[in-house]
Amino acid sequence: MAGRVEAGRYETFDQDVLVIGAGGAGLRAAIAAAASGLSVTLVCKSLLGKAHTVMAEGGIAAALGNVDPKDNWQVHFADTSRGGQMINDYRMVEIFAKEAPDRVYELERWGGLFDRTDDGRILQRPFGAHTYRRLCHVGDRTGLELIRTLQDRAVHSGITVHMEVTVTRLLKDAERIAGAVGYRREDGRFLLFRAKAVVLATGGWGKVYKVTSNSWECTGDGCAMAYEAGAELMDMEMVQFHPTGMVWPPGVRGILVTEAVRGEGGILRNAKGERFMERYDPKKLDLSSRDVVSRSIYKEVQAGRGSPHGGAFLDITHRGAEFIKKKLPSMYEQFRSLADIDITKSPMEVAPTVHYVMGGVRVEAGTGASSVPGLFAAGEVAAGLHGANRLGGNSLSDLLVFGRRAGEHAAAYVKGLRMTPRVDERQADEERALLLRPFEGDGRESPFALHEELQEVMGACAGIARTGAQLAEGLAKIEALQQRAERLRVAGSLLFNPGWHACRDVHFMLTLCEAIFRSAIERRESRGAHWRLDFPDPDPSWGAKNLVVSRDGEAMRVATRPVPQMPAELTALVKA
Amino acid sequence: MADATFQVFRGDAEGGQLVPYQVPITEGMVVLDGIHYIQGHLDGTLACRWNCKAAKCGSCSAEVNGRPRLMCKTRVDEFAGPISVRPIKVFPLIKDLVTDVSWNFRMNEQIPPFTPGPDEAPGPWRMYREDVERLFEFRKCIECFLCQDVCHVLREHDGLDRYMGPRFMVRIAALEMHPKDSLSRTDLLRGRGGIGFCNITKCCEDVCPEHIHITDNAIIPLKERMADDYFDPWRALLRMFGRKKEPRGT
Repeated sequence: MAGRVEAGRYETFDQDVLVIGAGGAGLRAAIAAAASGLSVTLVCKSLLGKAHTVMAEGGIAAALGNVDPKDNWQVHFADTSRGGQMINDYRMVEIFAKEAPDRVYELERWGGLFDRTDDGRILQRPFGAHTYRRLCHVGDRTGLELIRTLQDRAVHSGITVHMEVTVTRLLKDAERIAGAVGYRREDGRFLLFRAKAVVLATGGWGKVYKVTSNSWECTGDGCAMAYEAGAELMDMEMVQFHPTGMVWPPGVRGILVTEAVRGEGGILRNAKGERFMERYDPKKLDLSSRDVVSRSIYKEVQAGRGSPHGGAFLDITHRGAEFIKKKLPSMYEQFRSLADIDITKSPMEVAPTVHYVMGGVRVEAGTGASSVPGLFAAGEVAAGLHGANRLGGNSLSDLLVFGRRAGEHAAAYVKGLRMTPRVDERQADEERALLLRPFEGDGRESPFALHEELQEVMGACAGIARTGAQLAEGLAKIEALQQRAERLRVAGSLLFNPGWHACRDVHFMLTLCEAIFRSAIERRESRGAHWRLDFPDPDPSWGAKNLVVSRDGEAMRVATRPVPQMPAELTALVKA
Repeated sequence: MADATFQVFRGDAEGGQLVPYQVPITEGMVVLDGIHYIQGHLDGTLACRWNCKAAKCGSCSAEVNGRPRLMCKTRVDEFAGPISVRPIKVFPLIKDLVTDVSWNFRMNEQIPPFTPGPDEAPGPWRMYREDVERLFEFRKCIECFLCQDVCHVLREHDGLDRYMGPRFMVRIAALEMHPKDSLSRTDLLRGRGGIGFCNITKCCEDVCPEHIHITDNAIIPLKERMADDYFDPWRALLRMFGRKKEPRGT
């Protein structure tokens, strides 16, 4: 196979805008960039239509006011800001709340179909910490509808798509983005993309945890590449634990149980049959925000009132079989086939699972521009919109609103460039050498084993409940794993080789683990998803700060940055 | 706990064979768990596709003991003896359990996309439950391509160049029956779509993990639609004058 590696250096592609990632944000960005007449290439690690967006179940939050006419962008703004514990970028939240309805209606104009009200409008369901019924949905497969609609739109928009390509490094011409380099998963061929702008839509990094709802793709490549290219990251300590993941049998642990179960009336109970959310949030109960519900389940388990496999019971049986099968068909099927449970007759057993990261690449609110010229980010990989905790349903509208904006602004940036950035092939060669290293040398470390170990460290030291001592221990362990990751070794060839693919992923994940620990150590308070047992209360001075991570030579630097000051008229909305 | 014997196809376009692996069984384990165990502990070069592990993305299609299945939804405790896992047969093999399914993406591009009428007013649409809910079944498709794998026309009669297969009949049905779509795709169905080749054996329905009634609800109504357009003399005459889609109740 060595001959194959050496044969042909790079397959090279030229385009104006390169979009990395083909979930909702990437597809929407590519459509927007192509609409402005530029050449656009979309690359994704999986086949088209399989990105993690497809897993979104409950719905897309947009204040259409179809079911509750009192709903409007102002209430959505206030809910999202409060949910994020006020460290969100208010300007992003404002744009988001105002534009989400248009993006939903646009999806409908592109052929997407949602459940309907009696009078033929888009139906909306209640969800955690949303004041009104706000989530447009289709049963419990809203993400599939969204991705398929965008996918079919995109393939007729003149976009070039490369499926099953992993991009591993951004290329720069001095400070500017000049392209990216990666490999084709199928045959290991190295690809070089010359691009004037790059939009990262690479999603999150839930895979740094063992118990997660995320797929193999969620290894944070985009965020780590941005960091390596000099971009600032923000809010990295904020990792969302979704309250309801499956717990039993072991093979399904972490798979998502949609919040729509509670949206449609499902009730959480402990082993004694108590509706424990009455204790923790008597007003919003089971539809409190995700950080609160996850902590509540955790506390019940700690107090010895957990379910047999260390979680809680989620019961929707009272809604009747017909209703459940219509509104939650995939949940019905998932429990029936994987856990031998008929959810129309018995409660589900659930426990918190890592679901989402609020942190990521720091971007400019209106444009998605990162701190590296020519590099844009949208969707889960970008930080700022959700602050310390994301509300359910806000992710899908995030993808559309900011995917479109990042695509448009990347295009505008390209049109404003006076010179085409030049690719320095030496940067690509360095990356190529790094990628090939696990085939050579006397290393002995298995990428799969290192991945499992880093997951154990994250679960033990950066879980729902954190302490300074645990975090420090976790950081030290991650640093030790980083050393060992220099000695990865894999067998086989470049032909579709999962072991080899896993090697670069491990490097990316370790970088992000380090950022999570360093940020979590700094934030000496509890806020949203970040719960410090040694600092159990929110601290107003921390409420005015975001943590920003950046690369300083080979070292990782963490600094604070003031949360953008909300103008008085918006503050009034939140206080109302 | 006891072990299960997995017989997994290993090879590439040049050939290959089943290779046995001993995999420890855990409660509720699915075939994909076994494949992951092999990758992580026995052979990191074993290639397979997967994503969600919850039957929502349609990536991990394979032939388990000869039957096209999603590996993430196939329980190991279904089987008493060894479990054979082979790639889906209808598409060219890349490596191990991974096949080249790009043909499907090329076919999809040939289907004229959703196109609302030019006279649709701006603003939110009104569409009624009875008009959209029957389409939800088609929109459930997760593109696992198991229906394509089992389709006789594609599998036994090398029909990839004549028939688009059940997946795209479902896709076309969803477009044709969309209350706001204005195109007619019967030309496509009769031509490259090749709907006439389907002889309604319903094998595709049998393997669909989303339980879509592919034949009854998509293919047969489309066959009727095409027959109406092409073989009803009045409609045939209208076609000559370039009429687009006929309004009709289905």
